[in-house]
Amino acid sequence: MRKLVQSFIAVLLLSLLLLYVSNRLNEAEGYAGDNTLIVYNWGDYIDSELITMFEKQTGLKVIYQTFDSNEAMMAKIAQGGTTFDVAVPSEYAVSKMKEEGLLLPLDHKKLPNLKYIDPRFLNLSFDPNNRYSVPYFWGTVGIVYNRDMLGGKKITSWNDLWDKDLRNQILLVDGAREVMGMALNSLHYSLNDTNKAHLEEAKRKLDALTPNVKAIVGDEIKMLIANEEAAVGVVWSGDAAEMIAENDKLDYVVPKEGSNLWFDNMVIPKTAKNIDGAHQFINFMLDPKHAAQNAEYVGYSTPNKKALEYLPKEIVDDKRFYPDFDSIEHLEVYENLGKRMLAYYNELFLEFKMHRK
Amino acid sequence: MNSVRNVYLFPYVVWIVLCVVAPIALIVYDSFFDIEGHWTLENYEKFFTPVYLKMTLSSFWYAFLITLFSLLIAYPTAYLLTKTKHKQLWLLMIILPTWVNLLLKVYAFLGIFGTFGLANAVLNAIGVGTKQLLFTDFSFVFVSVYIFIPFMVLPIFNALEELNPSLVDAARDLGASAWTTFRRVVFPLTLDGVKAGCQAVFIPALSLFMITRLIAGNRVITLGTAIEEHFLVTQDWGMGATIAVFLIMIMAFVVVLTGNRR
Repeated sequence: MRKLVQSFIAVLLLSLLLLYVSNRLNEAEGYAGDNTLIVYNWGDYIDSELITMFEKQTGLKVIYQTFDSNEAMMAKIAQGGTTFDVAVPSEYAVSKMKEEGLLLPLDHKKLPNLKYIDPRFLNLSFDPNNRYSVPYFWGTVGIVYNRDMLGGKKITSWNDLWDKDLRNQILLVDGAREVMGMALNSLHYSLNDTNKAHLEEAKRKLDALTPNVKAIVGDEIKMLIANEEAAVGVVWSGDAAEMIAENDKLDYVVPKEGSNLWFDNMVIPKTAKNIDGAHQFINFMLDPKHAAQNAEYVGYSTPNKKALEYLPKEIVDDKRFYPDFDSIEHLEVYENLGKRMLAYYNELFLEFKMHRK
Repeated sequence: MNSVRNVYLFPYVVWIVLCVVAPIALIVYDSFFDIEGHWTLENYEKFFTPVYLKMTLSSFWYAFLITLFSLLIAYPTAYLLTKTKHKQLWLLMIILPTWVNLLLKVYAFLGIFGTFGLANAVLNAIGVGTKQLLFTDFSFVFVSVYIFIPFMVLPIFNALEELNPSLVDAARDLGASAWTTFRRVVFPLTLDGVKAGCQAVFIPALSLFMITRLIAGNRVITLGTAIEEHFLVTQDWGMGATIAVFLIMIMAFVVVLTGNRR
């Protein structure tokens, strides 16, 4: 017993010592000073080389923290414990944060590189005149499928998913808006529809899909599809790009009935302390060369028009991830439907999950 | 004298108020508000709709299955353990997996049960052929049982250890068969251990959530899943809290039912 207590104390002392040393090291590198910048982004969503470059260029120290859902990120910013200087919410989260007063307006004079952004990605409905946000990446929701496992059959529309041959072959991403949106689009309704009759109809249509659905999963979907656990997945375009990079039998399609067009955006939350540094960071990421390097690393589509010139041709010419304007014109951006409607979407999604085969 | 005792009681009272009473009171308080923060009883009405009643029933059913299989495996295991030479070592081997993070264990099963995983390789080798294991009721119950077994083994093992062996000898001397001895002497005397084990498994099993997504692919929806969704995604804290209130009541009921220890 005494030995146990002794070794326990030894471990405790050692960890305290290590904590002290790491603190001193951080201080020596300037983490504790005023010249830090806390960036709050999705996991694996930036080329870390760019952070090093930014640190060298500006002398600022970047502390990079990650989140895995808009909701979790908003909760943490609303709580205000950490002084996040830059965050990367999706478009509906931008409008929600704006409503709740969680954002600081951007100073466009400090963001000269904003001119490189493709005008069709500026001044969008969720943030008129880009007062609070600047686009970071954009993409779509669509279907990734394994050509070999489907025996050469092509998928072009949402309604193809209801095919009896796909029994137990589909993985869905665990998002109420994505899955409900898919059902609404397959019925040719808007994915921002708030008509309860339409939503009920969409839910009944989803119930009919149940025999084909193998599972409704989170981030694991990337691994599962790449490992050929299922032939078809409903996913975000960037995840699809990652899967295709791992398994070349996969293909991605944006269904013809329409789908979701989304934007992740850089914002300065109200928790920010280093507002000047935050502008510097955003401007740095808007630089075409940096944007191109980041896009090549992350695999999502950059809204930076000039950056396309620095990207390899096979990436820019890939219509699956850089579609023409015409082919994304009919895609819809999620609107902030309000808490009540969102709760109703989730309620229906929950009921669909409970529907047994 | 009394005042000295009260001073010693103070830290415990503070602990209980802050960490037991206050959270429950907050949950009950939250359950009376709707999504826009208005006072309402709507959440309780909603709980009695088919959706949530069905969810409650299915949570019960899966928690029951998990407890049952855990018990069926854990009792013989604990019994054999008491008969082995190096009891403590074997016990340690059973407890060891609880030192590994739950999420890691669950992720490991994603690989083992996958179409090209170890389990299917074995099934193929013995000629059964590839079966879908992942995202089935079977895999959900299997993984949950695997995770909960140590919590069932421990109390039963302790109860068996405390059992006076002379009672067993006496039963045998008086002519009882091995089975009768077990049924009439050993099992009744270790029943408290079994009850404690069932509580330790059934109650957390009722509110499982992560495994339902990772292993059951959201094909199994428990009350725990719904609470998680209401708090994190929908941000309908009132409804989440209402489900939690019912969960607390159910758990209290289970404790009372399996309680009355001497």
